[in-house]
Amino acid sequence: MLDVVAYGAFFLTTALSYALICLGLNLQWGQTGLFNVGVAGFVAIGAYASAMLTTPAGGNHFGGYGLPIAVGWIGAIIASGLAAAVIGAITLRLRADYLAITTFGIAIVIQLVALNAQAITGGPFGIGFIPRPFASLAEYALGFDLANLAVVALVTLAVFLALERLVRSPWGRVLRAIREDETAALSLGKNANRFRLQAFVLGSAIMGLAGAVQGHFIGFIAPENYLSAITFQTWAMLIIGGSGNNRGAVLGALVVWGLWSASGAAMTTIFPPEQQARAAALQIVAIGVVMSLILLLRPRGILGEEMTVSRHLDGET
Amino acid sequence: MSLQFIADGLLIGAMVGLGAIGVTLTYSILGFANFVHGEFIAWGAYACLVIAGLIGLAVGADIAPLGPFSIGWTILVAAVIAMAFTGGLALALDWLLFARLRKHGNAIVLVMASFGASMALRSLLEFLFTSEPAYFSRDIQIAIPLGLGIRVTPDQMLMLGLTAVLVTAMHLLITRTAIGRAMRAVSENPALARVAGIDVAGVIRKTWLIGGALACAAGIVAGITVQIRPFMGFDLLLPMFAAAILGGIGSVPGAVVGGLIVGLAESCAVQFVGAEYRAAVAFLLLIAVLLVKPAGLFGRGDA
Repeated sequence: MLDVVAYGAFFLTTALSYALICLGLNLQWGQTGLFNVGVAGFVAIGAYASAMLTTPAGGNHFGGYGLPIAVGWIGAIIASGLAAAVIGAITLRLRADYLAITTFGIAIVIQLVALNAQAITGGPFGIGFIPRPFASLAEYALGFDLANLAVVALVTLAVFLALERLVRSPWGRVLRAIREDETAALSLGKNANRFRLQAFVLGSAIMGLAGAVQGHFIGFIAPENYLSAITFQTWAMLIIGGSGNNRGAVLGALVVWGLWSASGAAMTTIFPPEQQARAAALQIVAIGVVMSLILLLRPRGILGEEMTVSRHLDGET
Repeated sequence: MSLQFIADGLLIGAMVGLGAIGVTLTYSILGFANFVHGEFIAWGAYACLVIAGLIGLAVGADIAPLGPFSIGWTILVAAVIAMAFTGGLALALDWLLFARLRKHGNAIVLVMASFGASMALRSLLEFLFTSEPAYFSRDIQIAIPLGLGIRVTPDQMLMLGLTAVLVTAMHLLITRTAIGRAMRAVSENPALARVAGIDVAGVIRKTWLIGGALACAAGIVAGITVQIRPFMGFDLLLPMFAAAILGGIGSVPGAVVGGLIVGLAESCAVQFVGAEYRAAVAFLLLIAVLLVKPAGLFGRGDA
């Protein structure tokens, strides 16, 4: 029984950290229509920034300031937001798919830096000894797991509520107006590029926070955690849950992570150990097929977009 | 200082340029950045490998390499079949996925679908062939010194020559034939092209066929001069996008020139900075173009 609770807590903590990434992506794609293919990169920036700020001195990487975890998380938000501001300032004024290509590129470059700039990032060995919240509880495994779950759940809930409020604000409606009809929004005096940049930076900052939360939950980060598969998973979560809907983003993360874990467990029992790496590729094929099918057959996902977003109209219709 | 890096850069550039022609054509005619293009490269290379193996089995005898090259005639025959196969793969994917999504009219959803499909196709290759590299031939070739410290293997010269032939043929096709004129018309204005009696669906089919076949050729060049891996196309994707944008979307000579510039810049980086940051070069070039001249070198300026 305790095993089930412990596994449940572990599963939910991981799934909710993905939900956090997914919420950031929903702000960019679901609300604003920005196609970010570099999710893994922005998550990585946050994870590394927070790790460098909070790890104890003496590690073989840059930083090691031993600062409190909360400072690390704020650092993660700032670092990912800044990276997004630079990329966004260059590409958002151009064709929509140039953003896709440059974010694809930035994820590759961040992967290269994480892997090769050993003096800064620890190279292929990554960064260990990342402080974990409630480390003092570590002797009571269950209490530790539940406390971690509570922290991740609280962060996710806070971001969820903040985003719900934002999309219902005039700012959120301008984002949708730009996505639906840029010319009309421009004619109303809205600076489309500035709003797009704000949404892109804020969404990426949330991804950075999610990366930091994940890093502190596991206590160790390495470049191979931030390959394009994570970008792809997050997209699948958002499309399946329902883009344009924060509840859909969270639901999609839970559903896809559940399917991913279940299929992973099935693979380990079906395939012999030497074929595991090969079989893992089949999981990605399956997600790709499901994602294409959803795009073709039910483009709105499970929940679909919330059509009316105004706090003045909520509950009236 | 050895000038070897120039020869290496030209060779990388030839691969990137061949791939970038397909990227630039699908981009300008279908209106979206196609992330699956990298997978056409990898699938094309594996297809050629498998077909050459099957021909070898059917013939039975050991295939002797042709002249000074490491490859036998089976690979040349297989290359032609594999190019047709990859063109067919592109057509099938269009029919299954892209054509259906095109009806809804949102180009960025097509980019997203291509991103999902590329992940799935790449992982399928990984499942079928594992991530271990494969080779057309394991013969070691002796590089011939050309002077100025440059050494090139016969295979590399053959590949450069074949690339030049393909690129010239493509250029003539686009500028001198009715198909090319129809393709340019659709890329300028699909609605007007349709009114003028151009078969837009046919042009789209030909674009996929040509793009897929050229991607396959790029994959075979990469396979013969380097190796074949499931990630070979993924690794070429960013350089190809950079080359297509650098050359100007829609321009075939632009894509080739862009490819050569990216290739030379990469080999310069390997020579002067170190091989580990090679993949960042394409990104830096891309950012530089977007900052300075987003329409590219030969672009029409509507970026």
